[in-house]
Amino acid sequence: MVDSRIGRVELRIPNRPEWVAVARLTISAVANRLPFSVEDIEDLKLAIAEACTTVIQAGEGEGTIDIVCETDLNELRIHVRDTRPGSADVFQERSEASGIEGLGVFLIQALMDEVRHTADPRAGTELVMIKRVGS
Amino acid sequence: MDIKVNVRESSDDAYVVELGGEIDVYTSPKVKDAITELIDQGHYNLVINLEKVRYIDSTGLGVLIGGLKRVREHGGSVNLVCTNPQIKKIFDITGLVKIFGIFDDEVGAQKALA
Repeated sequence: MVDSRIGRVELRIPNRPEWVAVARLTISAVANRLPFSVEDIEDLKLAIAEACTTVIQAGEGEGTIDIVCETDLNELRIHVRDTRPGSADVFQERSEASGIEGLGVFLIQALMDEVRHTADPRAGTELVMIKRVGS
Repeated sequence: MDIKVNVRESSDDAYVVELGGEIDVYTSPKVKDAITELIDQGHYNLVINLEKVRYIDSTGLGVLIGGLKRVREHGGSVNLVCTNPQIKKIFDITGLVKIFGIFDDEVGAQKALA
């Protein structure tokens, strides 16, 4: 029998500011499946919002943000993908930026246990964030 | 998702911007408009009360930083009222505690402006 904590949730939202709250609420609900503290869940909500905001602010034109949450026994992995082909690795650009522009990615890195990003000219840009229970 | 913005004059040419709700990429333009309007009117000493704010992200922080930069050009200041531990934590992580005066109540924030 599969442990009830193990699961996968997929969400696709328009890359517009008014939809970021939906991503936050979804992550909060998924994180509640694991024994995260209230503070950890607030960190996760902020991290997903910063990831979505980074994509929105960098993007040109309409598109979607694909979010995949994978829960394991003691960790939550969140994939955030800008699906527009040919999109630059905005997460890399922002991690190198100073001042206000780099604040969002800086917060993600500070609040999550593991962060990595990839850019594929065909598949788009993806950010993976991992938060472990009790870390 | 909501943001409430209430602007009022306090004393000694200081203005209080009381915010409530969530400040993110969607709602922060409304906060920016309120702060910009005050500065454009020549009010450079501001208290921004975040006591009723449940959530703030980097776009909200950017609006506060932008406001602070503008008032400082005119010799003014921005003090914050913040009691929410999660929001205080964000100011800590980002180092903004060193840039803003952060107080537990409006009285203290206003006194420090003088």
